[in-house]
Amino acid sequence: MKILIPVEKKSIDGEVCKSFGRAPFFLVYDTETKASSFIKNNAADSRGGAGIKAAQLVVDNKVDGLITPRCGQNAADVINAANIKIYKTINNSIKDNIEEFLENKLEILGDIHPGFHEYGGK
Amino acid sequence: MIVAVLSGKGGTGKTLVSVNLASISEESTYIDCDVEEPNGHLFFKPKAVVSEDVLVKYPEVDNALCNGCRKCVDFCKFNAIAYIKDKLLIFKEICHSCGGCMIVCPKNALREEDRKIGEIKRGLSGQINVNIGILNPGEASGVPIINGLLKDVKNYRGNIFIDCPPGSACTVMESIKDADYCLLVAEPTLFGVHNLEMVFNLVNLFKKPHGVLINKWINDDNPVTEFCKEKGIMILEKIPFDNNLGKINSNGKIAVKEGNYYKKIFSSILEKLYEEVQDERTINP
Ligand code: SF4
Ligand code: SF4
Repeated sequence: MKILIPVEKKSIDGEVCKSFGRAPFFLVYDTETKASSFIKNNAADSRGGAGIKAAQLVVDNKVDGLITPRCGQNAADVINAANIKIYKTINNSIKDNIEEFLENKLEILGDIHPGFHEYGGK
Repeated sequence: MIVAVLSGKGGTGKTLVSVNLASISEESTYIDCDVEEPNGHLFFKPKAVVSEDVLVKYPEVDNALCNGCRKCVDFCKFNAIAYIKDKLLIFKEICHSCGGCMIVCPKNALREEDRKIGEIKRGLSGQINVNIGILNPGEASGVPIINGLLKDVKNYRGNIFIDCPPGSACTVMESIKDADYCLLVAEPTLFGVHNLEMVFNLVNLFKKPHGVLINKWINDDNPVTEFCKEKGIMILEKIPFDNNLGKINSNGKIAVKEGNYYKKIFSSILEKLYEEVQDERTINP
């Protein structure tokens, strides 16, 4: 199984990024091989619709789950359309969240927010 | 003359000023470009209202033709398109109607459709032409509505007052495009300076003649007056702090119709606007 987490730095000892669409990197973690790889989130500096583009990246990496503190409605639509589950982080430690996931303790993210419409700043 | 009334945030008296200036003018047009929260109609209660829908274009996909090349996904700089499980997902509310995806699609799988994002209502309130733009909730951009409102602005009657959206986003830039003068409404507080600076930078960028109107003025010892001095901005007029004016306004009444005191204040603002616009016309004909 592969899971994806938005992160601040290219390090598994680092922290989860509070924003999904605008996270600088994504960690892809393989639960079988325990291998982790980092991909650059090229949606982070989009003018608008960063969540959608980031969600496309999640889908293209063929992961089975996304673990994130928050997720916008449009991004959730994309991810749900690909049947990928969205889990809510328990804290901002990457390792803690992976552990919880392996023990099946993470909850499904329920509160999808309606998006902030980041167009030229209202 | 076309006067745009701006402020950095809502609730500073932008609508109060536009509505009263339009009401004191002999012949005038009021245009509510604050399309997310239009409230000018609450004062004017226009009659004989005619509505028109504002439509925008968006792409619709024919999945039988689409080969999944993703050229459209990569092209859209608003990220309004995603490609999931052999299917295109189009986010209409995010689309900015640029039409580019339809041009880059090698399979002609995208066709243009119309959808309604809001309305323009036009009516009369006595002698005043009232034009209101309304953006449907959840829509990304009010620009098409503002364009519709201002398309014929040069043919409108009398003095034209544009009640702009708050802030300094693209909708505000659209709203002031044709203005002869920008009236910046500010409250004399530290927070007021911050809001004023936003719109001041914007009108400067567009090189629009402008002046400040201080609302809820108490005395000249305030941060906004200081800011204007420092930047060399003209303070056109001050509206003294007045509980009664607040009451008139929150009851949906028009102050200049409620007594000579308010008539005088707004007549004086109007006179100064005439002078300023005249001056500008002489200097930059
Ligand atoms: S019309 Fe332009 S903004 Fe709309 S989806 Fe196509 S490329 Fe994106
Ligand atoms: S460009 Fe055309 S063919 Fe390619 S993915 Fe988009 S709709 Fe399909």
